[in-house]
Amino acid sequence: MTRAGGSSRSDVPEATTTPSDTGGPVSEPVAAAADGTSGVRRGGAWNRVQWTSWAQRYGAAAAFAALFAYNAANTPFFLTQQSLVFVLLRQAAPIAIVAVGMAIVIGTGGIDLSVGSVMAIAGQVGATLVLHDKPFLLAIVAALLVAALCGLFNGTLVARFGVQPIIATLILFIAGRGIAQLITGGELQPLANPDFQWIGLARPLGVPAQIYIAFVVALGAWLVMKLTVYGRHVLAVGGNETASRLAGVPAGRVKLLAYVVSATLAGLVGLIAVSANSASDANNVGVGMELDAIAAVAVAGTPLSGGKVNIWGAVVGALLLKLLQNTLISHGITKEVAQIIEGAVIVGALWLQRPEA
Amino acid sequence: MTTTVDTPGGASTGRRVQAGLLLQRQGALIALVILVVFGVLRYGSDFATGYNVSSFTGDTAKYGLVALGMTFVIMTGGIDLSVGSVAFLGGVVAIKVSEHGLLPGLLVGIGAGAAVGALNGFLVTKARLQPFIVTLATLLAVRGLALQIAGARASVAAPGGFQKLSTWSVLGLPVAAWAMLLAFLVGAAVVHYTPWGRQVLAIGGNVDAAKLMGLPVRRTTFSVYVVSGALAGCAGVFLGSQNGSVDTAAGLGWELTAIAAVVVGGTLLTGGVGSVMSTLVGVLLLQLIFNLIVFENGRGDISISSYWESVIRGAFLLVVVLLQVRLVRRRGTGGRPA
Repeated sequence: MTRAGGSSRSDVPEATTTPSDTGGPVSEPVAAAADGTSGVRRGGAWNRVQWTSWAQRYGAAAAFAALFAYNAANTPFFLTQQSLVFVLLRQAAPIAIVAVGMAIVIGTGGIDLSVGSVMAIAGQVGATLVLHDKPFLLAIVAALLVAALCGLFNGTLVARFGVQPIIATLILFIAGRGIAQLITGGELQPLANPDFQWIGLARPLGVPAQIYIAFVVALGAWLVMKLTVYGRHVLAVGGNETASRLAGVPAGRVKLLAYVVSATLAGLVGLIAVSANSASDANNVGVGMELDAIAAVAVAGTPLSGGKVNIWGAVVGALLLKLLQNTLISHGITKEVAQIIEGAVIVGALWLQRPEA
Repeated sequence: MTTTVDTPGGASTGRRVQAGLLLQRQGALIALVILVVFGVLRYGSDFATGYNVSSFTGDTAKYGLVALGMTFVIMTGGIDLSVGSVAFLGGVVAIKVSEHGLLPGLLVGIGAGAAVGALNGFLVTKARLQPFIVTLATLLAVRGLALQIAGARASVAAPGGFQKLSTWSVLGLPVAAWAMLLAFLVGAAVVHYTPWGRQVLAIGGNVDAAKLMGLPVRRTTFSVYVVSGALAGCAGVFLGSQNGSVDTAAGLGWELTAIAAVVVGGTLLTGGVGSVMSTLVGVLLLQLIFNLIVFENGRGDISISSYWESVIRGAFLLVVVLLQVRLVRRRGTGGRPA
């Protein structure tokens, strides 16, 4: 089910729409009409279009709620502050932040494989500056700027040169980790700077700072997608780039900015990871993050073909995958088997949300 | 020998397009020749003969097989991210039966790879899921499965016949290298001379047109993933046989090496255009960069950190991609993805 580019119903709907209700929320007739087949919609009964639409919007949230309820009933110590805040939310926050940037890039019809490497670069830059007695704010700003530059590189390749996003970001995926390792010759850098490490270690009101950061990032991205022209442009470019160009959308700049945002958020998470570990390890920071973030976005029903952005969906996707992992492991299932189940869940989620033929 | 494969209906394309395509295909070959000549001149017979050639080609064989399968998948416009995990799985299961020798290991490894490929193909063609995300999920799941089978530790092969691939050689080249060469020759012939090869390119060129022409789109797409899985499984067996063991990090990132080799070879990720032999050139080229760095370090004048390898590799990919963009733009099909 492809939505018309520029359609305002991009992410979590503002009104609570009950898909089974006969009156029909605004988006359903649009979807049915786009399908081109008459008689798809039968009053009252749930048909495929309605089901797909529902699954794409709430599927991940419903799965999360179900898994949460299961854990609440069956997992000892699950409903404790330690387990919920310090394990689940704290572990999901970095993935969620990266997934928010990834969701925007995917919305433009692209993909960003370089996020893990950018995390490593930003972490190394920040840690190196702090270790050389530079002010912590300078270190943070410099790290984020370097990350943004990485995004500018990706975005330039995609938007200016028309390189396919997989390949364009593959370049920095490969080279970026080498660059990060070269900054210190692959040595691990231990850190002990409370100011710099605030984002990874601080606990305002007893809650780790990265949870606040993830929430603020998601809220900000959601507002941007919802309220600004840029948000509409992303959907338009991802939905139909040629049409959006003809309509006067600066498609190149829209895509460029998406990659810059994604890389900057990856850089932020790199700083969080380095701070939380109290060490910068270019060999391991961010390894596999691109897969986690893409999976989080995909599980929430966002098609990788672009034209849709679901910010909260990406956050819920990150929470869902983390909760699934933790649930399996806390029930004595090995990490390896958990990985198999995770793969199956991703496929299953996509199958349930698959578009009409 | 170079196989030239044009888009279906290539006869109507102009001469400039032909020239552009030729450059796009042969650019990697030219670079390869230049680097080999550079290596021979700079490092002499150590580089050009004996141990280096045999260890280089034997080592490259694994990546070559994976990249060959990836070429077919990319020709249809798809992608297979699971190959690294599948190679890991192939190596682990082959080692499980390694006391029976190499042939059972090969059969089991290739079979396991083909089974994963069939799963990928099923999910792509029947469930109509996107190849990128399907194979991303199998990348995760198959690595988990292989780790589970291996007991989350390195698998060590039984001594004896299974490890023959590390010692056998014919005419100075290891058997693994001959196997890779044979696989590429067969692959090129299949793409060039069989209906299947034409179908693969036709699907990548325009899947709707292929359907309307009555081509077995689903069956061909399915088979492409099976072939990719089987070749990846085979590569895993080679890894196990050559090293005598498969550690838990085996195959990590192979999918990206393979994609890079395919792209360097000039096969477009959009599908429909591609050359099997150019992928072989791409693989040799990317691996040769490492080999040259090792030799440069061996001279002792300068020391290039191994971390430079990935930077140089990425820079190389960048140059190739930018050259390709120019050529594709000149072809007039537009450099921008639709």
